Amino acid sequence: MIEIRNIKKGFNDRTVITDVSAILEPGKCNLIIGSSGSGKTVLMKCIVGLFEPDEGSILYDGQDFTKMNEEEKKLMRQQIGMLFQGSALFDSKTVEQNVMFPLEMFSKSTSAEKQKRVDEVLDRVQLREAHKKYPAEISGGMKKRVGIARAIVLNPKYLFCDEPNSGLDPQTSLVIDKLIREITTDFKITTVVNTHDMNSVMEIGDKIIYMYQGRKEWEGNNKEIIFSKNELLNKFIFASDFLQDAKDMRMLEMKGKIDNDRNMDDLLK
Amino acid sequence: MSFFTHFGKFILMIKGMFTRPENYRMYWKELMHQCAELGIGSLGIVAIISVFIGAVSTVQTAYQLVSPLIPMSTIAQIVRDTVILEFSTTLTCIVLAGVIGSKIASELGNMRVSEQIDALEIMGINAKAYLIMPKILAALIVIPMLVIISMGLGIWGGRFAGQAAHILSTETFDRGLLYAFKPYNVTFALTKAYTFSFILTGIPAYYGYHVQGGALEIGRASTAAVVTSCIMILLADYVLAAIML
Repeated sequence: MIEIRNIKKGFNDRTVITDVSAILEPGKCNLIIGSSGSGKTVLMKCIVGLFEPDEGSILYDGQDFTKMNEEEKKLMRQQIGMLFQGSALFDSKTVEQNVMFPLEMFSKSTSAEKQKRVDEVLDRVQLREAHKKYPAEISGGMKKRVGIARAIVLNPKYLFCDEPNSGLDPQTSLVIDKLIREITTDFKITTVVNTHDMNSVMEIGDKIIYMYQGRKEWEGNNKEIIFSKNELLNKFIFASDFLQDAKDMRMLEMKGKIDNDRNMDDLLK
Repeated sequence: MSFFTHFGKFILMIKGMFTRPENYRMYWKELMHQCAELGIGSLGIVAIISVFIGAVSTVQTAYQLVSPLIPMSTIAQIVRDTVILEFSTTLTCIVLAGVIGSKIASELGNMRVSEQIDALEIMGINAKAYLIMPKILAALIVIPMLVIISMGLGIWGGRFAGQAAHILSTETFDRGLLYAFKPYNVTFALTKAYTFSFILTGIPAYYGYHVQGGALEIGRASTAAVVTSCIMILLADYVLAAIML
């Protein structure tokens, strides 16, 4: 479990995160959503320690990450895997070498065992055929999958994904969402996903935190979000008239179903 | 940002490199990779520059020595000392500051902008130690070697040009070359080579590592890195000459 307590973060005179507290639950997909510039990425970078929060604390299973020294942070980070927005693959290394890199750096296994593990994770993300290719030779969706493979190769306890669907078509986005969901369930890890993709929200949002102008505006799950009365959240998720109409129709449909069910109950009586 | 802010950040960057490597074998591999990249990658340009500088030195020295009282072998002495003391170190390192410096700044800048440095940090790797330290160490190993090669090629170029232009024979050149040779000059040249190696890798690494923004900023950082490195090399050249000669 990751607990965020009263995090504040600013750059120069500008406050980006204002007093955010939340609990990110283990074995679940925890989503941080919000429009561009709402502070999602800064919050995630504070959680993983790439930015030092100005105030507040971040607890990984009760251990305060903000109070750890560099060596302790390094050890903790070996339990963290992260998929970056642009995948952040090493350009000079092949797909296989990218995934092998954390193993070579930290694992004491034999070369054969390392190779087996790389094959396993690349199989897991359905990228067996791309072993020898360089990042420049593969598509955006494939890069994201390599990024996921690299993030999970050391069996992390926590997986962070910063906008995993950015720049991807809806179909590939669904593949990535499915993969994140499966990995979270299969490996029982705490997954934190930054997104503003509504498909992801509905598909994998076990827990959702909505950020607005650097503060936590709403918290819930993918079942509750659609019926939320929070105006800012509604403006964000039903940004287009089409989505608003779809929501209204769905509400009417559900209302009708409830009415029909009631009528049925009455008839049965 | 003021000079002192940059200087302070540079010192912090250097200090940040000195931690226990996560895996010695991987650091060694990276060091060897950088040695090959910086050394072999720059050998061609160093060779070409050195030969021509030596050749031009011979021709121009002969042009200026018009007195019949000065023996022709003096040309070889002058070429030898200029090549060893100045051309093979300062000029080679200024060219290398352009070649290696821009490469290091743009490579690290690109890694910073595309979050590859963040990815290393997240894995629990000290990015400064893994990315910058091998580059500086590799430069400290290979650049003095390149400077020695440059000295040899520069003198050979001068000798060849002297004979080809019928200025002086190879025998006369060799006589002058061996006359009043001071081994201390080589020590001085190598001291300069070590100093310049640190400057021409450390400064571009600093600029590249601290890039913020996108492609435009990477370009700016690369230019700033080369310009600053060249100025610092010239400044260090003067300071070392004033202290050691």
